[in-house]
Amino acid sequence: MNTGDTAFMLVATAMVMLMTPGLALFYGGMVRAKNVLATLMQSFLCLGIVSILWVAFGYSMAFGPDVGGFVGDLTWAGLKGVGTEVGPYSDTIPHLLFAAFQMMFAVITPALITGAFAERIKFTAYLAFTVLWTTLVYFPVCHWVWGGGWIGGHGGLDFAGGTVIHINSGAAALVAAIMIGKRKGWGREPFHPHNLGMTLLGAGILWFGWFGFNAGSALSAGKIATVAFFATQVASGAAALSWIAMEWLTQGKPTTLGAASGAIAGLVAITPGSGFVGPNSAIIIGLVAGALCYFAVLSKSKLGYDDALDVVGVHGVGGLWGALATGLFASTAVNPGGADGLFFGNPALLGIQAMDAFSTIIYSIVVTFVILKVIDVVIGLRVSRDEEIQGLDLTQHSETGYSL
Amino acid sequence: MKKIEAIIKPFKLDDVKEALNKIGIKGMTVSEVKGYGRQKGHKEIYRGAEYEVDFIPKTKIEIIIDAGQVDQVVETIREAANTDKIGDGKIFVLPIEEVVRVRTGEKGRDAI
Repeated sequence: MNTGDTAFMLVATAMVMLMTPGLALFYGGMVRAKNVLATLMQSFLCLGIVSILWVAFGYSMAFGPDVGGFVGDLTWAGLKGVGTEVGPYSDTIPHLLFAAFQMMFAVITPALITGAFAERIKFTAYLAFTVLWTTLVYFPVCHWVWGGGWIGGHGGLDFAGGTVIHINSGAAALVAAIMIGKRKGWGREPFHPHNLGMTLLGAGILWFGWFGFNAGSALSAGKIATVAFFATQVASGAAALSWIAMEWLTQGKPTTLGAASGAIAGLVAITPGSGFVGPNSAIIIGLVAGALCYFAVLSKSKLGYDDALDVVGVHGVGGLWGALATGLFASTAVNPGGADGLFFGNPALLGIQAMDAFSTIIYSIVVTFVILKVIDVVIGLRVSRDEEIQGLDLTQHSETGYSL
Repeated sequence: MKKIEAIIKPFKLDDVKEALNKIGIKGMTVSEVKGYGRQKGHKEIYRGAEYEVDFIPKTKIEIIIDAGQVDQVVETIREAANTDKIGDGKIFVLPIEEVVRVRTGEKGRDAI
């Protein structure tokens, strides 16, 4: 065991944990005041639900002994045999610490999806969805990429979870937004974000936590963590700038929400390539991400689905761009343990990245559809019309966010 | 007795209050209100979605005065709240039947 790496990973794990409350604030500020607590809750409670699933069987399904490249078996259920010795995923940190680090990734992924059905889902439906989706979609896809499954096995690169977390949650969000339907008054009533200061604070916390997410994915306090750390910062900054530049050009004003959204789009896009690309490539990835995600969000109203907080536009599209960009900009000069991308003489990687991304999208869409269909039949996805008008805070939790 | 209700631009409240203080008006009730008239609303943009906001924030002042002071008070408010731009507001004058001071039970002019 290496105490330096272990200390680094303990801190990185705590930083990734902080991203989920950060996400809660990021989302909470964007909804109307009557739904702020319910929205915060839908992210925050993933810290409870997913942590329990992770210990019970999730870690074993994601990282346990491989079954056909698709999922881990249940040998490590209840974290049986997962102790403080090093390995098998790292030679320098305790196995239990690796499990803790990965637990935080599992926590935030279903929380990301909650932005799609915000302001109208029943709390019970949210609970059921989080349990089923994490079990049937997240754990297998995580296994595909990092747990010895087929994507990691054929050379696909996903340093910190662009495919596992962002493409996966973005695809699920698209299905969820369509299946639960538009919020009452969509397209007629204005849906003003009720507290953009909260959203900006959330974006800042996410940004901070993302250093743990990306640099920590090196699993070691060294050169590769430094590469990922640096790429994370400049991609996010570049994307915040390019998002507001696009707004300025097309709509006349740069917005605070645009800066926050752009920063997150940049963080999403750099995630899969963060340990494989240099700073200049990271800036290009970020610049493209900010502009691309802005136009993706704009196209939502034309396509006619109500992805309330733009999970598809930011995480789906940003994640997809990031996966493909890794296939363009990855360089073995930066990380000898990675691969070269198209711009460094290896066109094959781009094809592998695209195939991995699309496989994940298709799997996530199909299974998410089935899960939501079952929940809709058994308990119903959506609150009643009256409850939606009154707001989820009061009707789902008997609380209000503000009493002024 | 009369009641003066004035809808003014929020940033003009201090000017109006001081001007009224100078002519001896020692009390008022103020509320934050929203509304629209000839001044158009404004546009807000959130992630590309543009919303027209019709109701603009204004401040409403309510003052109860003796009928003889009406012209002076109205003119004072008008001068203090004026910016020469659309949206400066309106002043209403209403009759008041009775005023009662809660603490003492005084009525009418004595209670103002």
